[in-house]
Amino acid sequence: MAQTVSITVNGTAYEREVEPRVLLAHFLREAIGLTGTNVGCDTSQCGACTVLMDGAAVKSCTVLAVQADGSSVTTIEGLASDGKLHPVQEAFWEKHGAQCGFCTPGMIITVVDLLNNNPHPTDEEIRHGLEGNLCRCTGYQNIVEAVKHAARAMPAAEAMPEEMREHAHA
Amino acid sequence: MYSASVDYHRATSLNDAIKTLEKNKGAKLLAGGHSLIPSMKLRVANPAVLVDIGHIKSLSGIKVTKKEVKIGALTTHAAVAASAEIKEACPILAEAAALIADPQVRNRGTIGGSLAQADPAADYPTLMIALDAIFAVTGPNGERHIEARKFFKDLLTTALKRDEVLTSITVPAYGNMPGMGGAYLKHRHPASSYAVVGVAAMIGLADGKVERAVVVVGGITSNPMHAVAVESALAGKEPTEANISAAVDTMDIEATLGDSYASSEYRAHLAKVMAKKAIMLATERAGG
Amino acid sequence: MSAKAMGVAIKRREDPRLITGEAKYLDDVQLTGMVYAAILRSPYAHAKIKRINTTKAAAHPGVVAVFTGEDFKDLPALPCAWQAEAGRIKNNLNTPRVLEIDRVTHTGAGVAVVVADDRYNAEDALALIEVDYQPLPTVVDAEKATLPGAPQIHENAPNNICMDWAIGDKDGTEATLGSSEVVVKQRIINQRLIPNVMETRGCISQYLPASEEYTVWMTSQDPHIMRLLMTAFVFGIPETKMRVIAPQVGGGFGTKIFLYPEYCLMAALAKKTGRPVKWMETRRENYVATTHGRDHITDIEIGAKRDGTITALRVKTFANLGGILSTIAPGIPTTLYGRVLSGAYKIPHIYCNVIGTYTNTGMVDAYRGAGRPEATYVVERAVDLVARELKLDPVEVRRKNFIQPGDFPYAPADNILAGLKYDSGNYEKALNKALEMVNYKGFRKEQEQARKQGRYLGIGLSTYIEICGAAPSSWIGVGPTGQGWGAAMWESANIRVHLTGKVILTIGTQSHGQGHETTMAQIVAEELGIPMEDIIVQLGDTLGTPFGYGTYASRSAAVGGMAVYNSAQKIKEKAKRLAAHLLEASPDDMTFEGGKAFVKGSPDKGKTIQELAGAAALAYSLPAGMEPFLDDITYYDPPECTYPFGTHICVVEVDKDTGQVKLQRYLAVDDVGKRINPLIVDGQIHGGIVQGVAQALWEGAVYDENAQLLSGSMMDYAVPKASFLPNIELGSTETPSPTNPLGVKGVGETGTIASTPAVVNAVVDALSPLGIKHLDMPLTPEKVWRAMRSAQSAKM
Repeated sequence: MAQTVSITVNGTAYEREVEPRVLLAHFLREAIGLTGTNVGCDTSQCGACTVLMDGAAVKSCTVLAVQADGSSVTTIEGLASDGKLHPVQEAFWEKHGAQCGFCTPGMIITVVDLLNNNPHPTDEEIRHGLEGNLCRCTGYQNIVEAVKHAARAMPAAEAMPEEMREHAHA
Repeated sequence: MYSASVDYHRATSLNDAIKTLEKNKGAKLLAGGHSLIPSMKLRVANPAVLVDIGHIKSLSGIKVTKKEVKIGALTTHAAVAASAEIKEACPILAEAAALIADPQVRNRGTIGGSLAQADPAADYPTLMIALDAIFAVTGPNGERHIEARKFFKDLLTTALKRDEVLTSITVPAYGNMPGMGGAYLKHRHPASSYAVVGVAAMIGLADGKVERAVVVVGGITSNPMHAVAVESALAGKEPTEANISAAVDTMDIEATLGDSYASSEYRAHLAKVMAKKAIMLATERAGG
Repeated sequence: MSAKAMGVAIKRREDPRLITGEAKYLDDVQLTGMVYAAILRSPYAHAKIKRINTTKAAAHPGVVAVFTGEDFKDLPALPCAWQAEAGRIKNNLNTPRVLEIDRVTHTGAGVAVVVADDRYNAEDALALIEVDYQPLPTVVDAEKATLPGAPQIHENAPNNICMDWAIGDKDGTEATLGSSEVVVKQRIINQRLIPNVMETRGCISQYLPASEEYTVWMTSQDPHIMRLLMTAFVFGIPETKMRVIAPQVGGGFGTKIFLYPEYCLMAALAKKTGRPVKWMETRRENYVATTHGRDHITDIEIGAKRDGTITALRVKTFANLGGILSTIAPGIPTTLYGRVLSGAYKIPHIYCNVIGTYTNTGMVDAYRGAGRPEATYVVERAVDLVARELKLDPVEVRRKNFIQPGDFPYAPADNILAGLKYDSGNYEKALNKALEMVNYKGFRKEQEQARKQGRYLGIGLSTYIEICGAAPSSWIGVGPTGQGWGAAMWESANIRVHLTGKVILTIGTQSHGQGHETTMAQIVAEELGIPMEDIIVQLGDTLGTPFGYGTYASRSAAVGGMAVYNSAQKIKEKAKRLAAHLLEASPDDMTFEGGKAFVKGSPDKGKTIQELAGAAALAYSLPAGMEPFLDDITYYDPPECTYPFGTHICVVEVDKDTGQVKLQRYLAVDDVGKRINPLIVDGQIHGGIVQGVAQALWEGAVYDENAQLLSGSMMDYAVPKASFLPNIELGSTETPSPTNPLGVKGVGETGTIASTPAVVNAVVDALSPLGIKHLDMPLTPEKVWRAMRSAQSAKM
């Protein structure tokens, strides 16, 4: 039986009817029309669907929309502010961290959370921090470079998008 | 990918959750959802009602006293791994939590959910048995306590009744005790990141000898097991490499689990190799 | 005013929409009235379909219709577009239907389809379809399938053989092997891989009854080819009645080249239901319905003199094609495999026999490298095996046998390359650079010390060549050297310089991660002196792009890039003639440089390309016979394939207790000719390397004896994560290809082709003190541990 959920996405409050079985990923993509978040697998491995929920990176394919009722979500579409790219987005562009781009939105969101928790990660910490995100194109090399570039470019407090900062655990 | 239809109830309190479980035979608890939702997407699990306890604040949190660490069942793996208090009071727990799955899963998965699932390839059950953890469980008849070693019954089966909720986990604050050290090592499955074999070793030293040795192996049997022979062989001995090797060689757990990545024979071998490393690391941490 | 563009590491034009989530992939496309298809797939690998009952499914809420194979029996089976040299040998073809009618020959074959208002309801309805199967015996092994007593899968393929293909000199090779001082024999397995492209496959189709036109959105690497095959070979309608659009495509690695049943099914459903219909693969579906790669069983025999000179190579391969043929399946283990078995070496006699077999497994077709990784694995393992047998340094054996710079253009022995020749190379230069990067001598000393301590350190090389730039008409046609494709694989590019000096470049290649919107624009920018930001590249839609063969086989730079280059030259010529006319000068006195046409020697008295574009479009004053607008198109037929090469080196340590292989270092020196964009080239190499390393260490499709895919999801099949890998170190040499003025060769697949043997050679080197000479992939900890244990007990 459908339920009404209220979810704030990228700063805007949405109220929609949804069946309990619908995944947050599908809700974002179809009910809200934010197709930036991609679905790449069906066993919660690939991380292409990663979004920020109440300040932490989560796999939106493993969260039901009804679980997110009352929560605040940031998707890839919500990272840039006032037409200005987030430093992690800039870094992916600068360092060629994207090839086909399918894993990129989820990857960028994970990196935002990673840098929020660990502003100056070592290569090893970066690689472990990306264990929940698969990429088949880049071999991860330039993604690691992009993370380091973003870390250098950005003060720690700025990693999380503004509307997430109150939720995020540092 | 697409689950079957299900009803959803967000529990407002622990009592509300228990009542809902009582009334609905086909109801299942939903906490972090990272065991249940994947099963539902495969249509392997098809509950009639989901009872979401994920928003009951009283069920999460970490309380440390001199002797114990009490962790609310809804505490996420990320919170356990990052907790400065747990790193000091019960470091092996933080070490193991940091190895579970990946960062996103750790942000949602809960300690209670993992324990109630009792997956043989999970990390926490091995830890809990090694730590002699006590689980607080609440049902229609009130609260009871279950020892870790009595909690895990069989493959994916625990002592929890259908209408009971695991509410907290209490482990010793061994980090405050001198001469105690622990280590958890995991051989990760390269695809699933689950533990192919996980070994938890706790060593208590006194006068340069092993006063107490705990070695628990997960991933090779339906539920984790004490390597009793190894524990006995170590007790009272000096924790030299030679003694540890000799003790580990007596390990006699029959490995019953195996798959195309790692056969039971290989898992049994890994258990020994990892037990030796874990014991040595625990010994070093115990100050020996 | 123009800046240099060729060879510059420019940030990609594609990226802004990728990093913001604005890019529209297949599943992001929404059409009014769209409905969703879910396909019921056979759980049996070999079975007769006795009966299907769809009544309950059709009655489920939200269901628009349910169909079975019977409903589409008027559509023919899909075409096989590349038989293995059909002019020369017999190919026993069997291709899929949009939905199978009588029998299935692999798990995942489609038997019914539900069309519903949303995918959750469609999935519910799938569970309500009742199918009566009669299971039949199965076979999974490519060699065992050919033995007497094996279950027969297709009536027209006795002993399950699709084709029996051979090249080279059979008798000469036999005689030479017989008289060689040393012959090493080894059976090697190149295991089946599941490509795991991050975006699974999908398709949306719409049909307009009044105009009888289809529009098909498809995750495709070659929209024009898809349109051709669907219209001419499946639907029997004019090409002009279908438009195929590849939106943003999330990777392909070959799997999105082919014409699959689902694409035809969606088109048929759109017509039948009158609604736009979308289908998007789930990952588990992808594992059984999308093509797999590799799966060869090979027996190598390599002959040599005691001094390390290779005398002959004989290879026999059973190539698993799966339960039914994908679009170009027979061509991959033949033309693209056997013909490059000379590798980087002057091997005097070569003979290769490939038997393509049917088994009850998933379809096998091109997967990054497509035949060349399999060949390179054979050759590079063979060289190491010979070196080991002769107790020579594998580096020195390679040097001794290398094709030398003076030997190019080089035709491998026994005409195995069917008339083509390697274009250029300096194999030793790349080798020396790589050896210096790794400090080879230093490593061998370190290894000696480590061995004394009981540690297993190893180093492995791969000095590869590869063949790119498919393909010259002389090769792919149906003449004496024809490889059976039946069509020359040229490429197209149309440059239009608009009135305001802005360029629209439309091309027939189809980027799905390779950055053509950047690299092709760089060629235009360099040649015409127009700024990058004024150039837009359009591709992927049959409406508005010239016919092209698409992107795969690392052909886009050498063939597609050359089409762009040649169109730019034509534009320059027209610009010069127009400028001459406007300046009242002789066309022969004109030159074009830095975005300007001017009289030689007088660069200040010239016309910019922008001025000329405006003049050509406004057409106030054109020379006699000149048409308005600066617009030229090229269909480029390459004269030759191109041959990148290089040396990859891998350093590993094997844990003596667990058998786990730890990658200490991975470095690559690649020569891909001239690099249009070094940033993009490096990215291709990184990604390719990781896929090849993954085959050596972690990946492998596993079937049980009932042909059930045990490695059925990402929970079981280990696609590498970032934490598995060290930082990859890259070096390069640059030996331009003399076959095209750009000097480019190709790079998309080199990483995958080179890396697999480098890793395996390293592990075998590490384990050599135990007497281990070969180990099959993937080199999982257990496999290595068992090998070490056997070797150790054998020694006792």
